[in-house]
Amino acid sequence: MTQLKRTPLFSVYAEYGAKTIDFGGWELPVQFSSIKEEHEAVRTRAGLFDVSHMGEIEVKGKESLAFLQKVMTNDVAKLTDGRAQYSLMCYENGGTVDDLLIYKKADDHYLLVVNAANTDKDFDWLKEHLFGDVEVTNISEQIAQLALQGPLAEKVLQKLTETDLSEIKFFGFKDDVDLQGVKALVSRTGYTGEDGFEIYCRAEDAVTLWHAILEAGKEEGVLPCGLGARDTLRFEATLPLYGQELSKDITPLEAGLGFAVKTNKEVDFIGKEVLKKQKEEGTLRKLVGIEMIDKGIPRHGYQVFAGEEEIGFVTTGTQSPTLKKNIGLALIKTEFASLDTEVYVEVRGKRLKAKVVATPFYKRAK
Amino acid sequence: MNTPKELRYSEEHEWVRVEGDKVRIGITDFAQSELGDIVFVELPEVGTEITANEPFGSVESVKTVSELYAPISGKVVEVNEELNDKPEFVNESPYEKAWMIVVEPSDLSEVDNLLTAEQYEAMINEN
Repeated sequence: MTQLKRTPLFSVYAEYGAKTIDFGGWELPVQFSSIKEEHEAVRTRAGLFDVSHMGEIEVKGKESLAFLQKVMTNDVAKLTDGRAQYSLMCYENGGTVDDLLIYKKADDHYLLVVNAANTDKDFDWLKEHLFGDVEVTNISEQIAQLALQGPLAEKVLQKLTETDLSEIKFFGFKDDVDLQGVKALVSRTGYTGEDGFEIYCRAEDAVTLWHAILEAGKEEGVLPCGLGARDTLRFEATLPLYGQELSKDITPLEAGLGFAVKTNKEVDFIGKEVLKKQKEEGTLRKLVGIEMIDKGIPRHGYQVFAGEEEIGFVTTGTQSPTLKKNIGLALIKTEFASLDTEVYVEVRGKRLKAKVVATPFYKRAK
Repeated sequence: MNTPKELRYSEEHEWVRVEGDKVRIGITDFAQSELGDIVFVELPEVGTEITANEPFGSVESVKTVSELYAPISGKVVEVNEELNDKPEFVNESPYEKAWMIVVEPSDLSEVDNLLTAEQYEAMINEN
């Protein structure tokens, strides 16, 4: 058996009662107290996640922008210093290499934050397509990432710094923020559908920062949260997870991520031809929300039917902790994708009735 | 972990309580704690014949689905319908409120093949 990788925060898990699981080769906490409690903490107060497994890749050099424009589906030229952008990298056939965040630090300095399990694949992909005066470096091991998410996130984090966090707008960031002596990049982004921050610091500072944030958030009821709640939170907000809503066989347009695919940008980015065609003509499959009418919970991989015809599969499903409904995301043939269409999900040999519903399932009040 | 002495246990984490010529079945405190928040329990209908070591239903937590394995063969004579609306009983009260089915065993002596509380505890501590 290969040794599971651990984040710099592994040593604190036990102290908070974490149950760990193997997540793509990483030994990570699935929950600390309970998925439902952690989920609720993030929706109503705030929760702290260790997401240090995420990969960080630095892109440096004069031709960084030209290079990124070639490999990214989004228009990186729109990005200004101190801002982050959601983007995807695609194969020539439109299938997805990964989805990621691009942080622009300067014209010749970007930071890419990618999915843990894809880090090596992404890094190889970038190196393979490298040209001009550009250098890419995988700095994942040096960087820890904490996510503080929830309506009270700003109030809690503000206790640790003189920097006015209200100046960091959605998808904005500040580098070298002093959080009680720990230097960090603080970004107003997240994967939960709530307001909050993703905080990047040196691996050796992670434990100090973790304790400082939980201490500061005691009064507000901040809970340490695991991957279980992270998954239910992102799912309710209909944020895609690579390996489920996205894969090498699923294009961003099928997954409903057209907003991050700029087929009008001049550069012929990888996958543009196929994606442009899909944008113009529509896709044969579409990611939709489904809600069970019969009793049962849709789960990843379950088949979806309309009458006797198999029309697709469930990408993610659970009982929504916020809505208390059995809901899922499913990639199905576009002709069945309109709202209220009746479909059947095969749950352990039984076909159970469901209907197509609007997404996102959850949207926070502004 | 709570493991009542008077019950017998299966390796698949079900408990069995002998009540006269019938047995009551549920899942253990250890099982519910491993599964986390239970949100759905699927049980057979009264009259169903169940077979030892074969699935008779399932429990779903927020995160996963787990099958329930019959610790003993027999006919289901009672089902805890309350778990339809209160699956959280499995977390709150695994040995009392969250009993799942009552079975009329085809051979009550099968119970003797099940683990004692001590043996079950030893098994979960080993892993």
